[in-house]
Amino acid sequence: MRNPRRTQKIAFFLLFLATLFIVVPVGLIVIIIIQKGLPAVNWQFLSDVPRQGMRAGGIFPAIIGTVYLVTGAIIFALPIGVLAAIYLNEYAGDNFLTRIIKLAIVNLAGVPSVVYGLFGLALFVVFFRFGASIIAGSFTLGIMTLPIIITTSREALESVPYSFREVSRSLGASKWQTIRYIVLPNALSGILTGTILGLGRAAGETAPILFTVAAFYLPRLPHSVFEQTMALPYHLYVISTQVPNVDEKVRYGTALVLLALVLFMNLVAIVIRFKFRKKKKW
Amino acid sequence: MNIRKVKEFFIEKLIFICGLASIFFVVLIFLFLLREGAAVFNSVSPAGFLSGRSWYPISEPPQLGILPLILGSLMVTVGAAVISIPVGVACAVYIAEIAPPSVKEALKSGIELLAAIPSVVIGFIGMVTLVPWVKSVFRLPTGLTALSGSIMLAFMAMPTIVSVAEDALYSVPKSYKEGALALGATHWQVIHRVILPAAASGILAAVMLGIGRVIGETMAVMMITGNSAVIPNSILQPVRTLTATIAAEMGEAVVGSEHYFALFAVGIVLFVISFAVNVTADLFLHKRTS
Repeated sequence: MRNPRRTQKIAFFLLFLATLFIVVPVGLIVIIIIQKGLPAVNWQFLSDVPRQGMRAGGIFPAIIGTVYLVTGAIIFALPIGVLAAIYLNEYAGDNFLTRIIKLAIVNLAGVPSVVYGLFGLALFVVFFRFGASIIAGSFTLGIMTLPIIITTSREALESVPYSFREVSRSLGASKWQTIRYIVLPNALSGILTGTILGLGRAAGETAPILFTVAAFYLPRLPHSVFEQTMALPYHLYVISTQVPNVDEKVRYGTALVLLALVLFMNLVAIVIRFKFRKKKKW
Repeated sequence: MNIRKVKEFFIEKLIFICGLASIFFVVLIFLFLLREGAAVFNSVSPAGFLSGRSWYPISEPPQLGILPLILGSLMVTVGAAVISIPVGVACAVYIAEIAPPSVKEALKSGIELLAAIPSVVIGFIGMVTLVPWVKSVFRLPTGLTALSGSIMLAFMAMPTIVSVAEDALYSVPKSYKEGALALGATHWQVIHRVILPAAASGILAAVMLGIGRVIGETMAVMMITGNSAVIPNSILQPVRTLTATIAAEMGEAVVGSEHYFALFAVGIVLFVISFAVNVTADLFLHKRTS
């Protein structure tokens, strides 16, 4: 006869193994990159332009390029995303239109990143004649982060108790005043968390910027938003696959800087979420 | 007073327009893919495009058959699914049901960390660690194979599978579990016979979303699968996926050329696949909540 206790022990052990199988490689990836990348990272690496066909020097233009792109994306996506979340949570009824909007958000989140790249190329680079430029890349990344911002902002708005709105309305405030002065301030940290997570995602993406903005090698800072720029993720791709004989250290160093940037943003988001939970008044 | 009313009228209209933005962008993406991609069907029929066995876009005349690319994507995706579905669901069960609360939070952060690693970094790590390993273990001329791609992509699918499946497991009513335990079932029997079946549609949605992520993944797959656009007959061969083809070739394609149109048509194929996957997954999720 089978012993159910023993079956349980074996099953739980296997489940535990599966969990280790995911978590251990994650730890290893981070440790390997830190260990091998750290010796390469110094002030010169962070502040100098690439030299000798990207085999030496620093990655300063790539870092700044990524900062520009992410900033552009957020300027574009944040207002639209938050207003869309307000619509969904405060105005939309339970009807067919709302269902379609939600489906569209799910789809927008699922579109492959390289397809965003194609779209950005067709619309911004070719149709609007922006050329490969920071503005085209930012818009493309912005549309890509839109579903993340809408979803997380909506959750933040949803978590504001309904009674807050009722009290405000009963005191004679209009619907918009209630949203502006009661709902939004209370949802702010949640919206911020979502925005930063969206930024982190945008900072690490390569495929959407491949044909819309990324410059293979441009050892200076861009002068306007209509210029190309280098970007960290694309730079890592270039030096690890397109340029032969790049010192391993430089590759790991670039990977470390990119990973640190993305993880730092995630950390900030987590800290904000944590602080907010502690301060929650309801 | 009236000025305020007018102002609020416009603000609310603006909110409504932004609410529609996601529909607008989905339609816009599809229209622009169609606008650029449909031109390829002047020179090759849709059936010929999908089932053509050779992809030589820059030969004269160009041969535009994406069957090798579809099979490449399929092989890598199936490989990744075989690894990531059992491991991901098992991990979700462990986190939702077995792990003590403190471990649970740590594990969840670990999974979130994995989700946050950019795909180009995953690709890079795969190139420097996994690829040489695959090459020496299987004694291959190159480690850039469908297998390497499958393994790395499995890791990219797992965060999605784990978090969506965990949500599904968590939302099974506690009374089910308590009822089964009260009847004398062991914890494992409860998980296996009660909780997993009750969460089935949510887990299915998790699997579909994970697979959707794999099909759309670009950079990692381009860096570690070897990029050879031939019909693969073994998982230990280099392959090229739909996504990698676009990413690798669009840079060289001349705007308005046949090649350019063909790459957009590949984009249409990808868009349609991801649309189908996401709508189906959403239906499963919706079924669960209603």
